[in-house]
Amino acid sequence: MEKYVELQESIISGKKDKVGELTQRFLDDGRPAKEILDEGLIPGMAVVGRKFQEGEYFIPEMLLSARALNVGLDLLKPLLEASDVKPVAKVLVGTVKGDIHDIGKNLVSIMLRGGGFEVIDAGVDVSPDTFVQMAKESSVDIVGLSALLTTTMPSMQETVEAFKSDGSRDKIKIMIGGAPVTTEYAEKIGADGYAQNASLAIEMARNLAGV
Amino acid sequence: MVYDSLAYNSSGEMLFGKAIHPLSCGSDLVLGDGLVFPEVNFTLPIMQVNEDNRAKILKQYEDMVGTVLNRLAILQVPGAVIEFEHAPQMTEYLDIGGDITALTKQLMDDCYQKHGLKTALRATICDIREKERPPKMRTGELVQRMFESFRLGAVKGADLLSIESTGGKEVNDRALMEANLPGLLLSLGILAPRDMHFLWNEINKIAADENVIAAGDSACAFANTAMILADQGYIPNVLAAVVRAMSAVRSLVAFEEGAVGPSKDCAYEGPVIKAITGYPISMEGKSAACAHFSHMGNIAMAVTDLWSNESVQNVKLLSGFAPEVFAEVLTYDCRLMNEAVAEGDEDIIRKLLIKSDEYKSVHALIVSPDSSYQIAQAIVAEKSDFERTRQAGLTACSIIEAAVQENKLTLRDREITYLNRIEDELTKYSSEETVLEAALPDYKDLFLSSEYGL
Repeated sequence: MEKYVELQESIISGKKDKVGELTQRFLDDGRPAKEILDEGLIPGMAVVGRKFQEGEYFIPEMLLSARALNVGLDLLKPLLEASDVKPVAKVLVGTVKGDIHDIGKNLVSIMLRGGGFEVIDAGVDVSPDTFVQMAKESSVDIVGLSALLTTTMPSMQETVEAFKSDGSRDKIKIMIGGAPVTTEYAEKIGADGYAQNASLAIEMARNLAGV
Repeated sequence: MVYDSLAYNSSGEMLFGKAIHPLSCGSDLVLGDGLVFPEVNFTLPIMQVNEDNRAKILKQYEDMVGTVLNRLAILQVPGAVIEFEHAPQMTEYLDIGGDITALTKQLMDDCYQKHGLKTALRATICDIREKERPPKMRTGELVQRMFESFRLGAVKGADLLSIESTGGKEVNDRALMEANLPGLLLSLGILAPRDMHFLWNEINKIAADENVIAAGDSACAFANTAMILADQGYIPNVLAAVVRAMSAVRSLVAFEEGAVGPSKDCAYEGPVIKAITGYPISMEGKSAACAHFSHMGNIAMAVTDLWSNESVQNVKLLSGFAPEVFAEVLTYDCRLMNEAVAEGDEDIIRKLLIKSDEYKSVHALIVSPDSSYQIAQAIVAEKSDFERTRQAGLTACSIIEAAVQENKLTLRDREITYLNRIEDELTKYSSEETVLEAALPDYKDLFLSSEYGL
């Protein structure tokens, strides 16, 4: 693990060029991609997550680190795929039909990517059918639904129902969030979880993904 | 027109309930003429807005407006503004928004006849243009639909036309999360003012055609988003405060295109607007905690003409339904202010409203009458929207720095680091050209330059 300290620190300080350089050097030295990921990139990002939770980092710092992480991941990805190493989980996120607010959804995406999840962003005003279609096409593990208005929360229920009608509900987990949303509402519509904010969303996603 | 001077000679002249240019509207209501009135807003409980639900929606509004007016009448309120703030579908499906407007106005007229309650109806149309990404700000069906909704609102009984417009938001959202100053200058200094000129020119034409009032806009999508993100620890508080000051410029454009107030309740840049234009403003604070948290619950009242609850769902509380509950809360807030004026104690109340919040947070500091006045001075000293935006931001930095140096405001080290960086970058990116050069590589895919006349 010690040989990866500089790589971890480069992730923590968001130095993407350095991360690229070091990752490539480790690969050239014959280190396994999985080892570079598990002992260099992920521990570095874990520190970033901790610093954010403890109020030492803001989202801008986290974004810099996430971009640095992506530089490393891009180099490792072909090798990881070849050895069948998968991301933590694949998450489809979107703002439900009728709603055009997306900053909360975007924040969740940032946090999830920083946590090693692969995120597919469906955008805003996403119909239930589109959620179902995109979830199937990308074989996602989790679907995250966002709504900011009381008048669009029913679209969350419709989306859950659409997954049931499609027969794919049992294959995915559904988490919901947004200012007017509650745990009780999640339970009422048959979602698997509710997260009050973006920071808690990543914990929820980890729980749902079983990691 | 371009404002090049302030309406007030000092921040101390600005007071709640009094505007340089009082505004007559609705049923014999005069704003800014000595009294502060409640502005009550509410929203549906969890339900969809569509044709199938039309009857249920109208029944909800009948109940909400009816109970609010009844409570206001029982409490012998001298006047009030009712805001009908559209959910996106109420703008998109014209008839639903039109029907709610007509129903609301009818109830208000009935109340005026029965109880003599003076009211005005504000229709806040939803900026549905952002439904498309990148949004078409000037062309396309959604733009036309939005303007039709303004006109229909006016025809159906709205007295005041408003919007929380979003031009530039598509860039601002990301720039905020990246704390990217060139991006923020692109959004707030270039795109947003350009959109405001286009948008409010059109809204003013509609208002003139239909003989209603073009009231004003709000930087909610920019500055309140920033405030909430900062409050949750996602971005620095100082960044949000500086964005608040910068966003006042785009909101002022509505007035330069012909709006006459009252500015929107969630526009915490209202005191800046009032300092420059002398028109009445609406504000929200502690009694809007039902909708969102803030750091300026008291200080926001100091120079306001309308006092709002922002929005509350129609849910049952112990005393009654939430809209009527908040109508009562606002009423007592306004009574206190109005009684202070009647007793000649307005300066005492004003001072306490300010002092109780001013240095508790950077958000409160930046909306204080003194800070707002300084920001307003910086704005009118410049001619271009871009330079105004930059100078408003730099002035905010100076205000915050001074408060820290005088040990009045405490900021964490990392906030100080950001403050210095923000000031350095606002100084560095001193022209539209330098901003475009720095920001376009990262942000050009988020907006359509032709939709901003670029």
